Amino acid sequence: MHIAEGFLPATQAVGWTLAAAPFVVHGARQVVTEVRERPENTLLLGAAGAFTFVLSAVKLPSFTGSSSHPTGTGAGAVLFRPPVMALLGTIVLLFQALLLAHGGLTTLGANAFAMAVVGPWAGYGAYRLTRRLGGGLLPGVFAAMAVADLATYVTTAGQLALALPDAETGIPGAFVKFLSVFALTQVPLAVGEGLLGVLLFRVLTVNARPELERLGLLAPAPGSTR
Amino acid sequence: MTRSRLVTALLVLGVVALVALPLVLDGGTSEFAGSDSQATELLEAEGREPWFESVFTPSSASVESGLFALQAALGGGVLGYVLGRLRGRRPAERSPSERPREDGGA
Repeated sequence: MHIAEGFLPATQAVGWTLAAAPFVVHGARQVVTEVRERPENTLLLGAAGAFTFVLSAVKLPSFTGSSSHPTGTGAGAVLFRPPVMALLGTIVLLFQALLLAHGGLTTLGANAFAMAVVGPWAGYGAYRLTRRLGGGLLPGVFAAMAVADLATYVTTAGQLALALPDAETGIPGAFVKFLSVFALTQVPLAVGEGLLGVLLFRVLTVNARPELERLGLLAPAPGSTR
Repeated sequence: MTRSRLVTALLVLGVVALVALPLVLDGGTSEFAGSDSQATELLEAEGREPWFESVFTPSSASVESGLFALQAALGGGVLGYVLGRLRGRRPAERSPSERPREDGGA
């Protein structure tokens, strides 16, 4: 989902930056508040950031014969709500833009909007919906991870379509074209990411139960759980 | 506990299969180029030129994968540290009477 450096028209680069900035600033405030008011959650906050860091570093092969990155933003969105991921995701993107020539500074706003804003919010929405429909924590996490991943790439396809409408079919045609590059490749990866999220939360429900209860993800269970 | 272990194993297997199957089924015909670079090629094919260059570009593919590995290592290290600490405090926090030790093994 990294739009390469310099490929967005300047006005759109500025526009996406302005669109993403308030989310990132708000996210930074949320992270500071979280650490100050609930220092016992700092460890988990680190885990959420680290999870995104690992997953977005790994390019995985997909059935379409190309490869792509997972995003890993769904886990943190479920744990700490989406604003926190706006900051953590942007840090990852900045790291990649500066050191890896992956993504870029002029496209940071657009990429952050896709991966750090839309992805976490869509994933969080999927999580809440799953829970409301009676699903447990783990199905909710699976939905959050997979939807966050897919929503990120759909957003990127939309951003590219806006930047480069097709000569004949316009923006919708270009959207379909970019979707076919990203979305198909991404579907199996989104499923894989969902499974990884479930693995992470299975470890957390055993080892970090008090934190998950405090964060409202698990109902406090009297005594043993199994 | 054994059922839980089985589920964990199946989940890991599922992730590995999702990544490994494309490589196996493909029979070495695809290059598995990144979808990001495919999109960039699409842009370049339509005559779009980047108007800004990356401030720093890794000089070789090997250096680039090294830096990606560094990113993964940083994340994996922190994640492992946190999970290790969370797990490590478990027996200390819980009194033995509250719950029988489950990884006492043997």
